[in-house]
Amino acid sequence: MSLEVLSPGLLTTVQDLGRRGFRAFGMPLSGALDPFSLAAGNLVVGNGPGAAGLEMTLVGPSLAFRSERLICVTGGGLSPRVNGRAIPCWEGVLIREGDVLSFGGAEPWGARCWLCVGGGIDTPPVMGSRSTYLRGKLGGYKGRRLERGDLLPLGVPDILSLRGEGFAVPGEIRPGFVDDPAVRVIPGPQEGHFTGEGIEVFYNSTYYIDPGSDRMGYRLQGPAVQHRLGADIISDAVPWGAVQVPGNGLPIIMMADGQTTGGYPKIAAAISADLGLLAAAAPGDSLSFRRCGLGEAAAASRTLKESLDGLRVLLAGYRSRPKRSFPKADRGALRLHFDGGSFDITWEIIGREGR
Amino acid sequence: MKGGRAAAPRSPGEGAPRTAWCGDACLVAEFGDVIDPRVNSLVRALEAKLAALAPPWLVEMVPTYRSLAVFVDPWEGPRDEIEVFVDRLALSAEREPPPTAETLAVPVCYGGAWGPDLDRVSRHAGLEPAEVVRRHSGGLYRVFMMGFTPGFPYLGGLDPALETPRLENPRGLVPAGSVGIAGRQAGIYPIESPGGWNIIGRTPLVLFDPGREPPFLVAAGMCLKFVPITVEEFEDITRLGRGTAP
Repeated sequence: MSLEVLSPGLLTTVQDLGRRGFRAFGMPLSGALDPFSLAAGNLVVGNGPGAAGLEMTLVGPSLAFRSERLICVTGGGLSPRVNGRAIPCWEGVLIREGDVLSFGGAEPWGARCWLCVGGGIDTPPVMGSRSTYLRGKLGGYKGRRLERGDLLPLGVPDILSLRGEGFAVPGEIRPGFVDDPAVRVIPGPQEGHFTGEGIEVFYNSTYYIDPGSDRMGYRLQGPAVQHRLGADIISDAVPWGAVQVPGNGLPIIMMADGQTTGGYPKIAAAISADLGLLAAAAPGDSLSFRRCGLGEAAAASRTLKESLDGLRVLLAGYRSRPKRSFPKADRGALRLHFDGGSFDITWEIIGREGR
Repeated sequence: MKGGRAAAPRSPGEGAPRTAWCGDACLVAEFGDVIDPRVNSLVRALEAKLAALAPPWLVEMVPTYRSLAVFVDPWEGPRDEIEVFVDRLALSAEREPPPTAETLAVPVCYGGAWGPDLDRVSRHAGLEPAEVVRRHSGGLYRVFMMGFTPGFPYLGGLDPALETPRLENPRGLVPAGSVGIAGRQAGIYPIESPGGWNIIGRTPLVLFDPGREPPFLVAAGMCLKFVPITVEEFEDITRLGRGTAP
């Protein structure tokens, strides 16, 4: 019931949908940089949307499976392989005991993938979440990025998990990876701290993601945005997606591990639905900002929610079809959700009909 | 307004409350542009009111010196209704009684290895170290907000005589529990981290322990009082059980 790390990749961490409820104490949310991609992958393998998976960055890990599982790799850019053979992203793929999942070279688009495994990564939750908060050295696997030789415990998969084998998330639901994305932002709350010219520069320039960017924030290179009222405000809350502009005029987009409060004025903040666009971008990639209203932001969020709801319906239909493959393992464990309770069932094969 | 509390006169820097979105999932209600206990009380009043009403779209709140950030579920609740709702509550925050503040006594071992910058603060203030300790432990501090690192309280209420600029060369590692001064701000490092504050003492209390319930001893809105202790008392408290307040 575990996953062995043969090689860790560039930056691989355990992430779920984040550690909610402690921002007031200075604890960042953390969690998958693209919550939608993690949630969608989890649904495919029969998990709840917020189960923990692995977030992999630019260079993927190599992982040996110690038990049979359905997996789904979402996101893009890392070319997953099983025992050296390419497997598709955004599909339920059956992994046999002893199989090795690895990742090939980078693809043109995408910087991160999320690996979802039936049963989820079962590291101990810290303050209600399994997400790794690297700077705080807590959560995930020992509060750090994965290293060679780590053994990740896996949870018990849902009883219908393996039935998602071969299910492909429809293309129209998958995030479309675009080169040079225009990230939609809501202006403010401190737009008034910038000159009219500075605001023009912000919305009409192409910015490049600096190599010094990480899960805390993306530093941008490009034309400087001019302040009108100085670069200091009395520290206030900084949500994920907020664009702070320090004294040098170069915007910083705060990400999931970012500080909860900050003293730089915020010219704008990315809408929730476009956080995935940022997660797909790598250092050196370009992006620009586009003004957006609250109505458009809400509609975009609604579309994502409806996509997940639609995915649930499609999966239920797919799983009710006759089973295509029989477990190769002789025994295992499954989780059954029934009458409001969860039941773990251990099984053992006592005969294989027609085989 | 009939039956309402008479609003106190506004402090300088305090403005009419205004709300602004920071992205589509965070609405910020701002009560001014100043660090002031009265403005901070309005923030706390709004926070208490919203917490009591617990609207279904409310995810969490971050109170700061002069603003309350209201985090909402990006998938729930029409934004214009949320804005009107918070706006209205922010306007009536003045009439709310300020929430009562819990006071936590924080034992501190001053000077020596525990407070390497006590002498620096003493020289800067032109006061004997004992007088610095007397003044620092004589005040009642308000936790205006938390941030910087998990569990770091930004404290207001420092005796102006003790105001000392940050170190020119920040330390690579400041031990957990270190009690510091930066300009007119006071604070406590909850975890070992780099920092440029003047460290005048250390508390044996564990302000943040992710494995403990609750993980944080201090919350925004609380009041803190520093109580001088000896090295022996520091070690006793450490030995007898970390974390809980005496």
